[in-house]
Amino acid sequence: MSNSLEPEKSAPLSSGLAKSVNDVSYREVDQPGPGSLAKQSKGFWVTFQAMFKKNQTVQYPDVKAPTEERFHGRHQLNRHPDGLEKCIGCELCAWACPADAIYVEGGDNTPENQVSPGERHGAVYQINYLRCIFCGLCVEACPTRALTMTNEYELADESREKLIFEKEDLLAPLRAGMIMPPHPMYPEMDENNYYRGEVTSAHPSQATSADKANQSAKKSGEVK
Amino acid sequence: MTTQESAPQITEVEMITVVIDGFEVTVPKGTLIIRAAEKLGIQIPRFCDHPLLSPVGACRQCLVDVEINGRAFPKPQASCTIPVEPNMIVKTQLTSPVAEKAQRGVMELLLGNHPLDCPVCDKGGECPLQNQAMSNGNAESRLDGTKRTFEKPINISSQVLLDRERCVLCARCTRFSEEIASDPFITLNHRGALQQVGIYENDPFNSYFSGNTIQICPVGALTGASYRFRARPFDLVSTPSACEHCASGCDMRTDVRRGKTLRRLAGDDAAVNEEWNCDKGRWAFKYVTAIDRLTQPLVRNADGELVAASWPEALAAAAAGLKGARAAVLVGGRATVEDAYGYSKFARIALSTNDIDFRARITSDEEGNFLASHVATSAVNYSDIDKADHALLLAFEPEEESPIVFLRLNKNVKKRNLKVTSIATKQSIAMDKLNAEFIRVAPGAEGAAVAAIALTAKSVILLGERASESAGLISAAVALADKTGAKLAWIPRRAGERGALDAGALGTLLPGGRPVADSAARVDIAAAWGVDSLPTNSGRSTSQIIASLAAGELDAVVVGGVDLRDMYNSVDAIAALKKSFVVSLEIAPSSVTEVADVVLPVAAITEKSGSFLNWEGRPRAFDSAVAESLNRSDVRILSALADAMGTSIMLGTVSATAREISQLGKWDGARVPFTPVAPVNPASPSGDQAIIASWRRLLDMGTLQRGEDNLAGTRRQTVAVISEKRAASLGVVTGDLLRVSNATGAITLPALVEDIHDDAVWLPRNSFGSQPLTDLNAVHGQLVTVVKA
Repeated sequence: MSNSLEPEKSAPLSSGLAKSVNDVSYREVDQPGPGSLAKQSKGFWVTFQAMFKKNQTVQYPDVKAPTEERFHGRHQLNRHPDGLEKCIGCELCAWACPADAIYVEGGDNTPENQVSPGERHGAVYQINYLRCIFCGLCVEACPTRALTMTNEYELADESREKLIFEKEDLLAPLRAGMIMPPHPMYPEMDENNYYRGEVTSAHPSQATSADKANQSAKKSGEVK
Repeated sequence: MTTQESAPQITEVEMITVVIDGFEVTVPKGTLIIRAAEKLGIQIPRFCDHPLLSPVGACRQCLVDVEINGRAFPKPQASCTIPVEPNMIVKTQLTSPVAEKAQRGVMELLLGNHPLDCPVCDKGGECPLQNQAMSNGNAESRLDGTKRTFEKPINISSQVLLDRERCVLCARCTRFSEEIASDPFITLNHRGALQQVGIYENDPFNSYFSGNTIQICPVGALTGASYRFRARPFDLVSTPSACEHCASGCDMRTDVRRGKTLRRLAGDDAAVNEEWNCDKGRWAFKYVTAIDRLTQPLVRNADGELVAASWPEALAAAAAGLKGARAAVLVGGRATVEDAYGYSKFARIALSTNDIDFRARITSDEEGNFLASHVATSAVNYSDIDKADHALLLAFEPEEESPIVFLRLNKNVKKRNLKVTSIATKQSIAMDKLNAEFIRVAPGAEGAAVAAIALTAKSVILLGERASESAGLISAAVALADKTGAKLAWIPRRAGERGALDAGALGTLLPGGRPVADSAARVDIAAAWGVDSLPTNSGRSTSQIIASLAAGELDAVVVGGVDLRDMYNSVDAIAALKKSFVVSLEIAPSSVTEVADVVLPVAAITEKSGSFLNWEGRPRAFDSAVAESLNRSDVRILSALADAMGTSIMLGTVSATAREISQLGKWDGARVPFTPVAPVNPASPSGDQAIIASWRRLLDMGTLQRGEDNLAGTRRQTVAVISEKRAASLGVVTGDLLRVSNATGAITLPALVEDIHDDAVWLPRNSFGSQPLTDLNAVHGQLVTVVKA
């Protein structure tokens, strides 16, 4: 066996400068001898030991183990406590993204269509999960804490289109006390009050105006 | 103020050497420290300083240490207001800790009241305040009080939004409005911490140049309604482009996001538009996507309906209709030079005719003669206005018809008191701003008034395209220019007209200004094109082509970018085309589409490359801004059509066409002789009659302004203008309704009593509620009846 590793002697090249692969000398490597049963049983011992250890395998997808608490999963667009969206469409997440996975278009908040506090909301928000590398720089860039990451990791699908998540796929669900936007801001409050956390739940007057605005969009409006 | 501006007038400039940060630099006397430092590559932070505006020292950001003759100023000085002097030693923030500290201090104070709006602000990402706060500011602020607040954005016009919280009071916008545009509609109100930019109570910021204030605002205080929250600078792909809206020839930048044009900005070309443009050029770009574009070829079937067809089918149908027919070409004023050259070559080779005219408007033979004899390949330019001692405006309303020419005139009026004279029917806002001598004449009588104007060889005569509507005016202008040696420039309204003229899209001219009647010129072109001979008889003009189509002397016509409603007797023109075989090359359905037999869709300006010649004859080349468009330039389609007819014109691409044009060069032989035309006496109105005068304003109902409602909001009010004397005799005051009518129809508009010739009434052309060309079929100089409605 060791003979076969002997470097082959090739005819010296005329130039003497150019080297062929065969000119490189090999170093002999220690090979385990055929008869070392002790060494083999050492390897089998590792396997044998494992039979008495706790089983790490999870029968996914029948069993789904929880991730670590701060696992980087699918993104979520959060809401203020009255239901208004936190996203202001500033595109800082898109700017921070090293994979160019985020596409944002801003929109104007009008009295009839107040989606977030202040002047501006995210009208189009897309994250392409074929590109996203889950680095979380977008979350760090977000000035309103609108974008955070959930622990959801099941992000596989059969087409490219389905892996481009739209705003409605990413928006957080409505919780208790929230009203589906668009609706006006909390009475007597401006966007700064929202950012300081002084709005804690929706005001009844917001519901009535939201109802009017949502009349048509009610069906499709519910977050998945 | 700067070296750039004073250079043309001063022949010998005194040079001064100063030391900045230990480096010597020699600059002309009068140069500001901040610009001398720029010459060394030393960037001093600044907000209020702008090379084209007068120094004001408002923001105090550019503080530097200055020492003259060994004596230092006790405190840092604003480098944007102090001109260099001999033996001056300047230490900027790079070498002086005092200047550095002063700049950081100023920045801290500027940011003290500046809201934390960056994420919602349109300027974010391209904001001088953001950038300079990073480079010359402290990361932490020591000011922790409540910031001063104002009501968030207020519309100071339908297209400009003002956020006063963000303003750093640099006064760039107010200085621009006052010094450059002469539209002092915005000013700094209040004092102290409450100082703010504002408009007059009942006067919105309705300036034709308001967009420039947005572009020069160093913070996000002024933003545009149409670009509000659309994109960030890193989303945009910028392409240098040229403006397609008028013959001024502005350098532009087109910003595209994902195949959609989001904004256009004025480019920086010191010889043409400096750094400015007009609002139409800036904002009227949505027509490309807003109007109902033609997407595929259409062919009229046996039932008389236009149906979609494939390109080969449509080209075959067009070729079959044109082959052997007596055909002509009408090409509109929006064609690029390359497209116009394509039409010109197509007419001569594929159709064997000289019947081609680019003038889709009211024309005269006098004008055609003048263009061939004087304008083609001529080169009067903007710097001639800078050098002129007197500018004479004939049938030309600069602010409405060529806004950058207005800005150049205005600059010379402000800087060196240029004398401007206008022979017109009506006083106008622009004439008021230019302090122009207004020679009031009745519509049609312009020509007679020209001879009396005293000019010198340094003067310029600016002749508008409406000169064709007043018989004898062009001849009088030519005679005056010949007599005095003054420079004579023709300023059309549309961007493509001058290029089409030089490309030979005229019955009497071949490309490069070669006269059709000159056999040497024909041989020249025939050799270059590789054909045996070219048609020899001079071609028909637009009106003659339409008359010949109506009379059956022509069978077919190729029409590109023409709206028949821009012409006199448009109803007859549409009827004439209806009975002929019409091939239409258009971006969107128009009045020609209704009568066309084959419709071929072409690329709009942002989708193609090409060039325009502005009124100076200066090439304004541009590239396609939307790369992925499937639409093609007219010249490529004409080339394919010529191939289908079996008479190839070999113009497969725009760049090949441009190469061929430059190889042809200009004609250096004899020009077409000019035959003067005698002026005719203006109509004499009696009783309720008045002579109509009418022209287009900058912002009207033009097809290329569709889809941009914010821009439309700053249109000037549609009014009928009459003189005081007529108003008194009709018992009308400003605001009362007037009915202007003739046998064809009537238009009712609010009256405006202004300085206008007593015999005349003025209405805007193609404006909202006022279409004298189609509704009255009345052109300049005709009689209409004016009564109180």
